[in-house]
Amino acid sequence: MFLNQNPQLNKNGELHHLLSIDGLPAAILQQILDTAQSFVGVTEREIKKVPLLRGKAIFNLFFEPSTRTRTTFEIAAKRLSADVINLAVNLSSHAKGESILDTVANLAAMQADMFVVRHASSGAPHLIARHVNPAIHVVNAGDGRHAHPTQALLDVFTIRHYKKDFTNLRIAIVGDILHSRVARSQIHALTTLGVPEIRVIAPRTLLPALVETLGVHVYHDMTKGLKNVDVVMMLRLQNERMQGAFLPSAQEYFKFYGLTADKLALAKPNAIVLHPGPMNRGVEIDSDVADGGQSVILPQVTFGIAIRMAVMGILAGN
Amino acid sequence: MIALPDAEQLLTALIAQMRPQVSATVGLVGILTGGAWIAERLHRALNLATAPAALDVSFYRDDFAAEGLKHEIQPSRIPFEIDGRDLILVDDVLYTGRTIRAALNELFDYGRPKSIRLAALIDRGGRELPIAAQFLGAALEVPASYNVDLEQTDGRLRFVLRNKKQ
Amino acid sequence: MKIHIKNGRLIDPASGTDTQQDLFIGAGKILALGAAPAGFNANRTIDAAGLTVCPGLVDLAVRLREPGFEYMATLESEMGAAIAGGVTSLACPPDTDPPLDEPGLVEMLKFRAKNLNQARVYPVGALTVGLKGEQLTEMGELIDAGCVAFSHADAPLTNTQLLLRALQYAATFDFAVWLRPQDAWLARSGVAHDGQVATRLGLPAIPVCAETVALETILLLVRETGARVHLCRLSSAQGVEMVRNARQLGCNISCDVAVHHAHLSEMDIGYFDPNCRLTPPLRSLRDRDALRAALADGTVAALCSDHAPVDDDAKQLPFDEAEAGATAVELLLPLALKWSEESQLPLAQGLARITCNPAHILGIDAGRIVAGGSADLCIFDPQRYWKVGPTTLNSQGKNTPLTGFEVKGKVCYTLIDGQIVYESK
Repeated sequence: MFLNQNPQLNKNGELHHLLSIDGLPAAILQQILDTAQSFVGVTEREIKKVPLLRGKAIFNLFFEPSTRTRTTFEIAAKRLSADVINLAVNLSSHAKGESILDTVANLAAMQADMFVVRHASSGAPHLIARHVNPAIHVVNAGDGRHAHPTQALLDVFTIRHYKKDFTNLRIAIVGDILHSRVARSQIHALTTLGVPEIRVIAPRTLLPALVETLGVHVYHDMTKGLKNVDVVMMLRLQNERMQGAFLPSAQEYFKFYGLTADKLALAKPNAIVLHPGPMNRGVEIDSDVADGGQSVILPQVTFGIAIRMAVMGILAGN
Repeated sequence: MIALPDAEQLLTALIAQMRPQVSATVGLVGILTGGAWIAERLHRALNLATAPAALDVSFYRDDFAAEGLKHEIQPSRIPFEIDGRDLILVDDVLYTGRTIRAALNELFDYGRPKSIRLAALIDRGGRELPIAAQFLGAALEVPASYNVDLEQTDGRLRFVLRNKKQ
Repeated sequence: MKIHIKNGRLIDPASGTDTQQDLFIGAGKILALGAAPAGFNANRTIDAAGLTVCPGLVDLAVRLREPGFEYMATLESEMGAAIAGGVTSLACPPDTDPPLDEPGLVEMLKFRAKNLNQARVYPVGALTVGLKGEQLTEMGELIDAGCVAFSHADAPLTNTQLLLRALQYAATFDFAVWLRPQDAWLARSGVAHDGQVATRLGLPAIPVCAETVALETILLLVRETGARVHLCRLSSAQGVEMVRNARQLGCNISCDVAVHHAHLSEMDIGYFDPNCRLTPPLRSLRDRDALRAALADGTVAALCSDHAPVDDDAKQLPFDEAEAGATAVELLLPLALKWSEESQLPLAQGLARITCNPAHILGIDAGRIVAGGSADLCIFDPQRYWKVGPTTLNSQGKNTPLTGFEVKGKVCYTLIDGQIVYESK
């Protein structure tokens, strides 16, 4: 039983690892958002670099493949002038290769300052953080269904950019909550930042047990769930869900839970639409909406780089 | 202890020094936060065409390894083109010179200025780098264990003395 | 060897004895209680002042990891751990490699165990060949080889028709069948209880209905066939409720709970502690409390260790990849005592759960202190605390959620057939 010392914070209550939004005080979330604001300025000028992390070695440990997320972390690290090493560790679920801890131990010997870890199993970054040299910082780039903290941070940064004040927002998260690390992190971030009403909209097969205990209202009917919301956060639907008998087909999913223009019209007229990407057009979201005036999906990507710069900058300095 | 000068008086002296030496197209770059307040006041007094810039040097400091990123980072705002422009860096207290070094490095990541001069309200000595102010309010002897900070209340500037250990 | 155990608190749960009484042992038997037999000259006197003397513990599930899993633990190390835990009779599940589905394997295991001269080993044979769930094993032959019952360990048994036939066959000869109530499909790829912790941590979950659906199937088939069935490792409030109701309606079915489940819940998983990865999963606090109440009211007759030593490499993995199981045979006594004390039961009743009750389920003559019976004894200090950790555990498996915790109840002496096989320092 790990006696409940928050493994992410050091003795001074500063961020030492970023493993999950769950357990982070609002002040730390605000620090990350505020720091990211400064980095947005950097990404907008000619020389998009600052010398902050010069000489630091950041290792991208992606046990689960991902081009998008890995690329944004790489860009963010390079804009901080850090050295980036990418390791695509090939571990299929059946291959018994080197264990995670062996991989990490070998790398730690190479003077790493930071590991950015993505893994298919929930809790893998926690395991690494527990066993790695205490001087090394671990950033969770997505673990199983558990957490994707930088995605949630860039989402709330985007919301803050357009809506300013969290404390009077009604926000809906639509899609496969059960399997979504993005949704879990988003819910924790929104509750910590004081959003008064968070709704999840999904069929029962895609909702985890006792999901209300996370602090959300459950809707199965999208037409009810979207009424008067200020922010619509769409989740990606994976093809595997049809095989696992969670859903009959993508078409039927789109019928009930796809975001179309007329469903979006039920939300507030100035509601914004977010999506972590990559989008399945015609499955969870209509092209009209994805490319429409209320979509902030492209700005999310830019903000994602600034957020990751902020996270790595803050961690490296603590 | 030591007698702190009147910041408003020093500002007036600084304006008087700068007026004959500063053209309308000069870009003022105030280092957040004290320098930015002064830059605002200078901009109004000197009637410059371009709004002043505010620079946060947190990402260029040389003490990151020891101090990390401070909480109170603000975004830098530079409302003019750096390329080919004469700039004046504005700071409240010139001390070791490291903040100015950071600001210089940062400005060069924005573009290639034509020239950079430095205006400071106080020079307290203790320089660790070869940096000097072209425009100066006053020199001031401050014991090493103290910091001199600029504060602004209701639009009025004043200096306060703080023990470094606190 | 003649041994005189003096000044101890003698507890025999089967007879309800709880009194200061000396014991006199000779020729492997308990010669007398209370007064020395005529002409008794002790070769060894044990001063059990402040200690409790009870029957050697009977543990319904201790994995010895041989054959096949010697990298995790060996017969020597785990039998040594058992007697360090005061266990004198143990049943080992058939999930070895190969599984205990052939008389030769069973005989070999019994032979190896007997040569170590430690706890008595009662192998539980595989119900189906290879535990594949397709073909019945030669139960008669396996009984002759020394098996006391048949089980499917944790292997899935999805073919209900086969289950029915297996129960009918076993019932023909009155062979006991031990079953884990877990529906393979409902539990598929789950690693934690389907509750708020799995939701928060994003762990694939096993709903309670995985246990209750399987349990209902088993109860109905037991009624149908009259087979003698024992349910292994209940985990849920609904599960024990179903068993309680069935027993009240006259169904003579027994069940057990693993010691860790009597104390821990999903809340103990914390930040993905792989030591809490157990089968069945640790469920909610309500479930845990219901298990404890069912142990107290007798619905659950036995506590067992469900001892599963796992090597560090297999445990230090992400939660859903970690090998399930906890080392537990040395924690059987302290955790049973803790449950008993917290439930405010008389010590004799608490100890029944790990002595005469499991002996009765096993159908062996053990777990009792009676003049003329085998001198299998556990002498322990009920007040002595010890810290659970790699240096204090004798098992090769150091994998328990209680690492670093202090538990109360330390075995001082373990006797089998009147020999002191374990003595603590």
